[in-house]
Amino acid sequence: MPGPRTIPFDYPAPGAGPAVALPGAGTPWLDALRADARGLSANGLPGTRMEAWKYTSLAPLAELDFSPPPAHEAEASESADPFDAVAGPCAVFVNGRFSAARSRLDSLPAGLRVTGLAQALADDPAGVEGLIGGTGALNGEPLAAFNAAFAADGCIVETAEGVEIEEPLRLRFAASPGVAPLAWHPRVVVRLGAGSRLTLVEGHDGPAGAATWSNPLADIALGGDATLSHVKLQVEGPDAYHTALTRAALAGGARYESHLLALGARLARHEIHVRLEGEGAACWLGGGYMARGSQHVDNTTVIDHAVPNCESREVYKGVLDDTARGVFQGKIIVRKDAQKTDGHQLNRTLLLSRKAEIDTKPELEIYADDVKCSHGATAGEPEAEQLFYLRSRGLDHRTALALIVEGFMCDMMEEVPHEGVRAVLIERVAAWIDGGGCP
Amino acid sequence: MLTIENLHATVDGKPILNGLDLAVNAGEVHAVMGPNGSGKSTLAYVIAGREGYEVTAGSVTYRGADLLAMSIEERALSGVFLAFQYPVEIPGVGSATFLKTAVNAVRKHRGEKEYDAMEFLKLVKEKRTALGIDDGMMRRALNVGFSGGEKKRNEMLQMALLEPALAVLDETDSGLDIDALKVVASGINALRGPERSMLVITHYQRLLDHVVPDRVHVLAGGRIVRSGGRELALELEKSGYAGLGLEPSAAA
Amino acid sequence: MSAQHDAAQAVESYAGERYKYGFVTDVEADSAPPGLDHDTIRFISAKKGEPEWLLAWRIKAFERWLQMEDEEPTWAKLHYPPIDYQDACYYSAPKSDADRPKSLDEVDPELLKTYEKLGIPLQEQEMLAGVAVDAVFDSVSVATTFKDKLAEMGIIFCSISEAVKEHPALVQRYLGSVVPYSDNFFATLNSAVFTDGSFVYVPKGVRCPMELSTYFRINAANTGQFERTLIIADEGSYVSYLEGCTAPMRDENQLHAAVVELVALDDAEIKYSTVQNWYPGDAEGRGGIYNFVTKRGACRGANAKISWTQVETGSAITWKYPSCILQGDNSVGEFYSIAITNNRQQADTGTKMIHIGRNTRSRIVSKGIAAGRSDSTYRGLVRVQPKAEGARNHTQCDSLLIGDTCGAHTVPYIESRNPTARVEHEATTSKISEDQLFYCRQRGIEEEDAVALIVNGFCREVLQELPMEFAVEAQKLVAISLEGSVG
Repeated sequence: MPGPRTIPFDYPAPGAGPAVALPGAGTPWLDALRADARGLSANGLPGTRMEAWKYTSLAPLAELDFSPPPAHEAEASESADPFDAVAGPCAVFVNGRFSAARSRLDSLPAGLRVTGLAQALADDPAGVEGLIGGTGALNGEPLAAFNAAFAADGCIVETAEGVEIEEPLRLRFAASPGVAPLAWHPRVVVRLGAGSRLTLVEGHDGPAGAATWSNPLADIALGGDATLSHVKLQVEGPDAYHTALTRAALAGGARYESHLLALGARLARHEIHVRLEGEGAACWLGGGYMARGSQHVDNTTVIDHAVPNCESREVYKGVLDDTARGVFQGKIIVRKDAQKTDGHQLNRTLLLSRKAEIDTKPELEIYADDVKCSHGATAGEPEAEQLFYLRSRGLDHRTALALIVEGFMCDMMEEVPHEGVRAVLIERVAAWIDGGGCP
Repeated sequence: MLTIENLHATVDGKPILNGLDLAVNAGEVHAVMGPNGSGKSTLAYVIAGREGYEVTAGSVTYRGADLLAMSIEERALSGVFLAFQYPVEIPGVGSATFLKTAVNAVRKHRGEKEYDAMEFLKLVKEKRTALGIDDGMMRRALNVGFSGGEKKRNEMLQMALLEPALAVLDETDSGLDIDALKVVASGINALRGPERSMLVITHYQRLLDHVVPDRVHVLAGGRIVRSGGRELALELEKSGYAGLGLEPSAAA
Repeated sequence: MSAQHDAAQAVESYAGERYKYGFVTDVEADSAPPGLDHDTIRFISAKKGEPEWLLAWRIKAFERWLQMEDEEPTWAKLHYPPIDYQDACYYSAPKSDADRPKSLDEVDPELLKTYEKLGIPLQEQEMLAGVAVDAVFDSVSVATTFKDKLAEMGIIFCSISEAVKEHPALVQRYLGSVVPYSDNFFATLNSAVFTDGSFVYVPKGVRCPMELSTYFRINAANTGQFERTLIIADEGSYVSYLEGCTAPMRDENQLHAAVVELVALDDAEIKYSTVQNWYPGDAEGRGGIYNFVTKRGACRGANAKISWTQVETGSAITWKYPSCILQGDNSVGEFYSIAITNNRQQADTGTKMIHIGRNTRSRIVSKGIAAGRSDSTYRGLVRVQPKAEGARNHTQCDSLLIGDTCGAHTVPYIESRNPTARVEHEATTSKISEDQLFYCRQRGIEEEDAVALIVNGFCREVLQELPMEFAVEAQKLVAISLEGSVG
């Protein structure tokens, strides 16, 4: 028998009071799915003996008695919206529940549909089955099982074939913590029609205060030649836990771009799985992470080249200060027939403090011979030569360092397609360098 | 030595050679000239047997045998040498090691004794000095980091050592300055002999000032469109391919 | 291979047998029955006439191992049926002449073909194939001269069993000091049941004048499947040690779990080179050695250096991570590796570089070549501890795939806890280019030879780290290992 590989975890907390009814309860397929998922989640949280969780311990999470937020608190106050200045449609979730009053979804561009998941489950559960049904995808993904078992809300984003949506669609997940630790498990489904284009801006924010656990699961499917630019800014407060899994499946010629800036939470894990399923598909994964204090930030990605002639590019850069710990695990899989794969990956980390730590595991798993694949990783403090150069021009050490860090990170942000969104991210990087950036 | 009849060849399904005829006797040097895209390099690769160059019709007879039926290395062992336009880099493989392996493969095939390290070093030294190749180059990995001129001289060194019966020189003059050109040309001339034939593929006639051909052929649209003596090359230089009514576009 | 080698090996075989039968124990039997319990451990220890402390150590290891039932590593990218550890034999006397092949005529012709390609002399072929041969006595002097010369310089080079008797203080001080008895499933098993291996001690300031090789080792014959090697380089000393052989060795034991410990004190340097070519199984993967090795070196002193070079072409399963613990300031660790897998072979190999001291440096060059239906994995760890000020690591991992039915994988772990450290990792995966093959073939080199030539070029950075004599053979081995992989 293998030893304990999971952390026992009672969720919802035994003393959490009467369970809040989940939407769509009574629908047979949904009840069955939730029961199965609950069975899996009862195994507990993934432990560090699981290879995928080697460097990230969820033990602190298990020490808290999380319960689902009561429905009526959805309209409570929350932190400031980081993308306030960005116009366009916006779906707002407070503590994981859709808030119609705060959302702007009245005049959606033609060809774009955004539906609240709870609403959809209430109105047309059969129509949702194809989007979130089936537990097959949960095996080996312990936190996805929690999401499937307990998701109370979320949203479904769909585009019609061939439409190009100019304005970014925002999904804002705001936290409004109460006295007791609260957890939510939003489920997001994105379906892009063939040839369509969309920019999706996902924000996670929250104030300092009581502990929260946000465990979002996003399933993305891109039709042939569709393009999704997916921007994510994560700036929750210092007592928050954030464990996100994003899964994207790409048809032929589709392109998925992920741009992440991770600044918040006590512990954050951003896991992205991309599966290139059609020839000519391409993905770009760009990630920036900045952590200080005792923050822990984990980026785990899997890019799966299932068919020939696909391309993937991945660059993750991070800055770690104080006793912060960063984790990067990036795997590229090239399946047996995926000839002519072109896959490259890079992870670079600047360590600003004596006690900061980075654990990096770039991984290649290759079963086809006619491929070009590489990865690289570097870790260390900013180069002395760069610092010397700047100081010889009259900058003090602090300013010179700030300039180097900013250049290092903003480099990444330049890839973000929407100007207004990009400006917000760059501003956040600058604020972080000045000692802020998060609540 | 070499007889090519009605040769048709395609690359990626695209016809490049369209009924090429050519005969080279022992001891002769023939120049093949032509505009870009006329099929010069394709002819060289078909003779050497490169994969992806598909012969769809015609024949190539080399010393009475069907050349097209032979594998790449069989052709090489029986004396067909291709001096590459762009010699490939092979990291980690020392130039000297490579040369020795190739020379001994050929000697073994001919039933001659393989050289040991000392004999071989002596032989190489003699040949390379004539080509102005220093020892340092021999110790570097094959073609890795070589300049254009070094690569071409290295090709000539290999030809000198392998002593082929038929040498196909694919744009050996490209990328050479005038001094290097002279060195290479004298290397070629040193190898001319009654038993050795050469096919000199070139875009310009300047190499032919130094390596005087017995025959000159103009290749266009995948066929030999004109043949003549040395004067044909001079005529080409004066009037260009256009002067012969052979615009590259017309040729394609 | 020189005649000297032949002679020495013949002698060592003879001496080994005599040695085995030469000391008296109260145990009558020559072999322990299959299975592993406290009595097996006591039997082995008694057979070898070991002191009490060593038996106690073995027992401690065995008891720990019993608790490790669910700790047999599963993280490597290796697939093999469960091993029944109670089914194996943990001590057996060398085979009697009657059981061995009488002559080379009785030996697998495939094996002989390989020997021929490697240019191994006839007599040595017989040794390797386990043919019963008479030792050539007039060569005793060769080994004696060799031993005398080392002894003059104070260098101890003997079997570990002999060292336990002759130099117990040294053994007791260092055995298990780099790889503790509780280190991992296989090392713990080895600690409990190891049968023999080499022991080397190089005193202060001495530069060992020759490559120490298992060929020369007295009592080398039948060191068995649980080999234990301990090498200590005292302050300012240098030693180069060669392990293994390019020729495929016949071996009765499918399971191998060796442990090698290296200790380098201040300013000392140990260079450890391995060529591993055990039986890989047939083309369908039947048979073949399972090779689970724990190799680790500790740079205990300042400016110490440990360099591992390995050419791994054999075994059905290779699980091996020669590592360096860089404790001393300015100490240096190196790992140069070539791993070639063909047919159904699986190799999961790499290194660990643990930077503890200031200005410690490590370099990793790994070349993985996979052909046939094999899988080759590089797995490595570079860890920089908080006090490893100014540490440097550079890692280069290149994989080459031959054919589309094999796999090449790269799994590096990088853990950095010091901002002044600089850690760099690069990896590439590619195949032999058509252009390169065409160029070689146009020069008359056959396709298989061209592949060997190009692969040898790909491996050059590692091959040049091998001692000259080994390097030449290793190049041939690269070619032989890839036979049948193209065309």
